[in-house]
Amino acid sequence: MEVDQVKRKFLKYVLGGSLTALAAMILYPIIAYLKPPKTKSAEVSSVKIGKVNEIPNDSSIMFRFGTKPGILVKTQSGEFRAFEATCTHLDCTVQFKQDIGVIWCACHNGKFDLNGRNISGPPPRPLTPYKVIIQGEDIFVSKIL
Amino acid sequence: MKKNYWKMFYNWFDERIQFEDIIQFAAKKYVPVHSHSIWYYFGGITLFLFIIQVVTGIMLLLYYKGSEDLAFESIQYIMTEVQFGWLIRSVHSWSANLMMLAAFIHMFSVYFTRAYRKPREITWITGMLMLFLAMGFGFSGYLLPWNELAFFATKVGTDIAGVIPVIGKPMLEFLRGGEDVTGATLSRFFGFHVAVMPAIFTVLLGIHLILVQRQGMSEPIGYENKPVTEKKTMPFFPNFLLRDLLFWLVVLNIVALLAVLFPWELGVKADPFAPAPAGIKPEWYFMFMFQTLKYIPAHILFMDGEVLGILLFSAAGLLWTSVPFWDRKTLRGEKTRFINYLGIFALVYIILLTVLGYLE
Ligand code: FES
Repeated sequence: MEVDQVKRKFLKYVLGGSLTALAAMILYPIIAYLKPPKTKSAEVSSVKIGKVNEIPNDSSIMFRFGTKPGILVKTQSGEFRAFEATCTHLDCTVQFKQDIGVIWCACHNGKFDLNGRNISGPPPRPLTPYKVIIQGEDIFVSKIL
Repeated sequence: MKKNYWKMFYNWFDERIQFEDIIQFAAKKYVPVHSHSIWYYFGGITLFLFIIQVVTGIMLLLYYKGSEDLAFESIQYIMTEVQFGWLIRSVHSWSANLMMLAAFIHMFSVYFTRAYRKPREITWITGMLMLFLAMGFGFSGYLLPWNELAFFATKVGTDIAGVIPVIGKPMLEFLRGGEDVTGATLSRFFGFHVAVMPAIFTVLLGIHLILVQRQGMSEPIGYENKPVTEKKTMPFFPNFLLRDLLFWLVVLNIVALLAVLFPWELGVKADPFAPAPAGIKPEWYFMFMFQTLKYIPAHILFMDGEVLGILLFSAAGLLWTSVPFWDRKTLRGEKTRFINYLGIFALVYIILLTVLGYLE
């Protein structure tokens, strides 16, 4: 009797253990498969986006920075400002709204001033700025490290 | 002669299936008749609209291509080249929207008549899960045309999932198939929409319907205890069923009318590097949540506003789904005002914020 109990317990552990191991063996690759691989797009460090006099004062253009959209604003006084165009609220893409002189997000009416600061609406943080470099006539934008 | 063939045919199946039991079962089934009987039809209507979705969905599948460069074009092709393609797509979209509406009505009527109480807890839970899944169907299906609105709706929607503490980030990557909304996201949503979710939904629907058949229609709480002589009933077969079918016919006409008069638009192809268009809105059944997120300030105490909003909505959803377990009074057969007030509050809140969302 005693021995039987021990045997039973032993079998229970062996069986339970192997079943758990089996489940893990099946589940692990499934879960790992579901996680998308990192896209290995070459890290961009700077992009050329246009020529200084092609862009009028008080206007903006959109550009690509790697996989992210970016926005370049030329202020009324002719200064350049560039930001990652992804809204810090819920990821929509922002635009320059000339009539009110702010960077605006259409999704939840978020507003940023031309320094990228979140000034009204739900965005919790300022836009991520890029560095604008002017070389001769060309405008380059690069990440701020 | 002809009759004999029919009989042979019938007998062959009868020997194998034994129709007798089914007929017996159907004959015994009665539907209570009282002032709230009208609500009994909405489950069936939801089911009918779901069937329309399945049929038109499979039809769309014959031409649709779920990839970044082809999705938009393939729908354009369906709408301009394929005969009646515009109609099939329009019906699919319209019946999806009406199904959400019917499902909400069905859910609220079950809530207010307390039809979720013992022994129907499982029916209620499977129903709620199907409602959430239906929202998932709507959300994933919305992206498939790969147009501008869909693209940003998906960005916002998945980003919302991403702000949930701890599990948010992996979930966001799982949903998007990477860090951003790209063609990979489209492929995933396509898979969810046509394979994963229908499979889960079918199982839930099966349980839900079997339970409804086994337990019969629930009677409202005050009505339940009336003496049998004061209760009116109607045979399910054929009386109720015929009425059901009549409603279905009406619904089919509504769907057809809407689909023809207001064909679903395709809009502009998504451009991941263009700003979000002004006036962007989610589907109406997400509007009240979307609008709430607009009102919540950017920071509350130490939390980002939207994190709080999402946690609140999740908690509310959980509370709502588990109502059969904490509504003790109803369980004892007593009337509870509180449940009514809560329901009315939820209903008014949803309607009010939806309206506000559209007025802006
Ligand atoms: S995503 Fe920009 S304000 Fe919400």
